[in-house]
Amino acid sequence: MEKDIEALLTEHPFFKDMTAPYRSLIAGCGKNVRFDSGQLLAKTNDPANRFFAIRHGRMSIEIQSPERGPLIVQTLEAGDIVGWSWLFPPYDWKFDVRAVEEVRAISFDGECLRGKCERDPAMGYDFMKRFAQVFMKRLEATRLQLLDLYGNVPR
Amino acid sequence: MEMSLAEPMLTLPLRVRKNRKETHDTRTLELVSDNAGNGPAWRPGQFMMLYAFGSGEIPISISGDPARRDTIIHTVRAVGDVSRAICEAKAGSSIGVRGPFGSAWPTDRYEEHDIVLVAGGIGLAPLRPVLYTIMANRSRYTRVSLLIGARSPDLLLYRGEMLQWRKHEIDVRLTVDAAIPGWQGAVGAVTTLIPRIEVNAAHSAAFIVGPEIMMRFVVLALAQRGVPLNRLFVSLERNMKCAVGFCGHCQLGPAFICKDGPIFPYSQLERWLAIRNV
Repeated sequence: MEKDIEALLTEHPFFKDMTAPYRSLIAGCGKNVRFDSGQLLAKTNDPANRFFAIRHGRMSIEIQSPERGPLIVQTLEAGDIVGWSWLFPPYDWKFDVRAVEEVRAISFDGECLRGKCERDPAMGYDFMKRFAQVFMKRLEATRLQLLDLYGNVPR
Repeated sequence: MEMSLAEPMLTLPLRVRKNRKETHDTRTLELVSDNAGNGPAWRPGQFMMLYAFGSGEIPISISGDPARRDTIIHTVRAVGDVSRAICEAKAGSSIGVRGPFGSAWPTDRYEEHDIVLVAGGIGLAPLRPVLYTIMANRSRYTRVSLLIGARSPDLLLYRGEMLQWRKHEIDVRLTVDAAIPGWQGAVGAVTTLIPRIEVNAAHSAAFIVGPEIMMRFVVLALAQRGVPLNRLFVSLERNMKCAVGFCGHCQLGPAFICKDGPIFPYSQLERWLAIRNV
């Protein structure tokens, strides 16, 4: 039998140490989803009304280049969160998101969550701190990628 | 042939038996002695000084199987005149060799522990002897993870050996900074692999090789997972010239990388690594 969303959240690193009441509130905005390999989950400039907590599989964050085709910026896997454009106006996706392989995830309704965060600022703050951690780690990893660390050092 | 550290400045010529292409700029050379007998005994993590006659001498980690005394194997990336000359050495030609030098990975000390190996770019070469050691003694270690970061998929080393590593229950994970068409694997910094592995952090040790900036962030990520700081080992590289601590070119704070290293507990030299221009 499929576990309910609240039970699944207790297993996901992003939510697992959240208080039970918050988790319960947030679970109300989530649903289980499954994507096939290659499926496009989000498209640049489309309304960003959801985000994903990956349970299984790998997703890629991509951007289209007319000269070079789709460029993968980063991949994300089980335990990761995908999407934060739903948090900030204009609520549009800035990148494409694709399932690299079969993906199982919890999809959250962004508008539903924003409403709950507005009504309960303490929960909103807790939620925002968790997202700030994601931003920080993602930025740190991106900086390392940009440094081209494995490039040549002549000797 | 037996080489001895009693003659550390003596260069011995070894014959290139094989020169195999790894990537567009990286080759793996098998060196053998023309005299009958074994080559020098060495331990995983140690390096040799390789001399391309007429070009110069550079330190290169040994990347082969420590159980195979008849062949010395080095993986070399052509990034300068000397390394290019070594990479271009034809089978049958000679390379001058001094060594082995330096400290080794503490593989014996951490038997019955989880082992996390993290390699960036050419840094996989100095860890390959550890992989041979673990495969030969797999039951002595608990979980073993190998995390590999590369610039792009075409620059991954030893691709043909990964299946063998996995057969020995080594959790091999790859990531690249930049994907190429058809790449289905992970894209991102090697640090992003660390939260994904299973590790009994309190009962583990990590061996890390790559650019120093990478190692610094890998150390932070592993420490965040709970791996004790005194069990995080790195392989450092500085301007090694004499390889025996005489010339001082590779001095870092109180240590000579060639003689006291190249393998160090990260905590031993951490403060020196953070100082600019040292």
